[in-house]
Amino acid sequence: MTTGQRSVLDSVKPLGYRGKKLSGEKSPASLVFLILIWAALAVSFIFLLVLIITTFVEGFAVMRPGLFTNYPSSSPRDAGARPAILGSVWVVAVTALLTIPLGVAAAIHLEEFADKHNKFNRMVELNVQNLAAVPSIIYGLLALAFLSMLGFQNKNVVIGGAMALGLLIMPVIIIATREAIRSVPQEIREGSMALGATKWQTVWRQVLPSAVPGIATGSILALSRALGEAAPLLVLGGLVFVSFDPDGIMSQFTTMPIQIFNWSSRPQAQFHELAAAASIVLLVLLVLMNALAIYIRNHYQKRW
Amino acid sequence: MIKDTDTDVPVLKPEEEARLHEQHGVPVHVAPTQKRGKNNDRVTDAILTCEDVNVFYGDFRAVTGVDLDFARNQITALIGPSGCGKSTLIRVLNRMNDLIDGARVEGKVTFRGVDMYAKNVDAIEVRRRIGMVFQKPNPFPKSIYDNIAYGPRVIGMKVANMDDLVEEALTGAALWTEVKDKLKQSAFGLSGGQQQRLCIARTIAVKPDVILMDEPCSALDPIATTRIEDLMAELRRNYTIVIVTHNMQQAARVADRTAFFTALADEGTGDRTGVLVEYGTTTQIFESPRDQRTEDYISGRFG
Ligand SMILES: Nc1ncnc2c1ncn2[C@@H]1O[C@H](COP(=O)(O)OP(=O)(O)O)[C@@H](O)[C@H]1O
Ligand SMILES: [Mg+2]
Repeated sequence: MTTGQRSVLDSVKPLGYRGKKLSGEKSPASLVFLILIWAALAVSFIFLLVLIITTFVEGFAVMRPGLFTNYPSSSPRDAGARPAILGSVWVVAVTALLTIPLGVAAAIHLEEFADKHNKFNRMVELNVQNLAAVPSIIYGLLALAFLSMLGFQNKNVVIGGAMALGLLIMPVIIIATREAIRSVPQEIREGSMALGATKWQTVWRQVLPSAVPGIATGSILALSRALGEAAPLLVLGGLVFVSFDPDGIMSQFTTMPIQIFNWSSRPQAQFHELAAAASIVLLVLLVLMNALAIYIRNHYQKRW
Repeated sequence: MIKDTDTDVPVLKPEEEARLHEQHGVPVHVAPTQKRGKNNDRVTDAILTCEDVNVFYGDFRAVTGVDLDFARNQITALIGPSGCGKSTLIRVLNRMNDLIDGARVEGKVTFRGVDMYAKNVDAIEVRRRIGMVFQKPNPFPKSIYDNIAYGPRVIGMKVANMDDLVEEALTGAALWTEVKDKLKQSAFGLSGGQQQRLCIARTIAVKPDVILMDEPCSALDPIATTRIEDLMAELRRNYTIVIVTHNMQQAARVADRTAFFTALADEGTGDRTGVLVEYGTTTQIFESPRDQRTEDYISGRFG
């Protein structure tokens, strides 16, 4: 890729060379572009690295069991993220229960049963793609409006948060599931149908089992996004002092990202350290979830 | 080995048939009332018939005006150059074309005298009676055992002992001795030829009347091909077989009857559409073809 190499190539002139302008990877324009891309990548990567390192340096000192077992407190020495951790678990679990079955069912319908030429179905399809690009706070507002309609006084309840996050990740799950279903070869469906299986039996007993690794991978990635979200929950009033363990879908709650937001907006430096420590916990969790997703993809995905 | 089926199943010209009808007072020929072309023999004991079948993919007409009878417990080969609609036609015979977006069938296809495209006929039911083996072996991503048991289970067949049925099907497909010690292993571990015999075993496990095979050996080596051909000769006792093959020697070796198709260009649009050129016993088709195009194809001058 150096200019030296280029001049050699220029002088040699390969067979069939008709004096055309250099194109593809060897033209100066694309070389410049390539360098720009690499530079952009390097800059963002360095920022990320610096951020992660400073977070680890700052938070490592206060990584202590109390962080996991203590309730929030006005004294940084005693403060912990126990309710936030449990709150995150509750919200993400309920989100998964609400969203995965619905998202998978929607994907099955769109992929296997819906008439692809039907205008309405095409519109649904297009909008699923669009929904994936909607800012997360909008889903918070949507859930807020819905909860008010139902007459909820306190909107910061697990089920409300799960609804907002569920709306947020639904398109992601639908898209991932459709992808997984589409990767099951048509021959498998034909083999099943040729034996006299119904469409439904074919989907349920051949297509879905083969698509499970893809669906699991997509769902885990989607849930890891839900785990890291704060904005839609803040809209619901998630920035509250919760000094008890959430114990049901109607329970008040706070989550890890909100706790981090809370601590980092305090003036005292010790709270910033706590925020950093909580960030580490969240980061590790997210990395683990992503690793699990990648593991499932590599080890269970069927190769046809 | 070309079987001379003229001895056991007489091939009748329509005139002769009419004469026999008069003589015996019963129709000797079950289904078609339609005229057949001069190079298109009718069959006395047809289990499947096509009458003026046209197949469309959207606006494109892939097959035009096919009249064809398939004889019970015989092997019928469909041959012809690629793109002449053999796969299209064979998929019409068990309504697999219903699964293709935009595919449409015109004309009449009967199975045991019943119009299989009639409104009150369930395509699922048709496929239970008329099984299909595909070009590329397509075992399910399951164990060998479950590949066989899948069909009987989904169609709700009354099975006294599934193990026995699995053994019977695998034996019927000449695969039992090779796999009996690894029934619980994945079917993907089998060789291509074994996978194809597994697909045949899977098909006969649901006890169909007809087995359709679309170039079942095209992905296999010569030894595996021979085994499948031998198997077909065995299966012929209990099943009616329709096989698409691009290999003329294969048609000559296994088939009782052979239908030769070709693609004709439409004068207007230039689109090529598949038509039946000639149909008769394999002996007749290969030894005394009546149509010049058949002769050219058989002798390798075309296609
Ligand atoms: N699913 C399909 N959609 C549109 N056209 C098709 C489809 N399948 C086959 N065709 C067309 O129909 C014609 C006949 O194809 P096919 O039945 O596969 O021929 P053969 O099996 O004799 O080679 C070809 O021109 C092919 O391009
Ligand atoms: Mg074909």
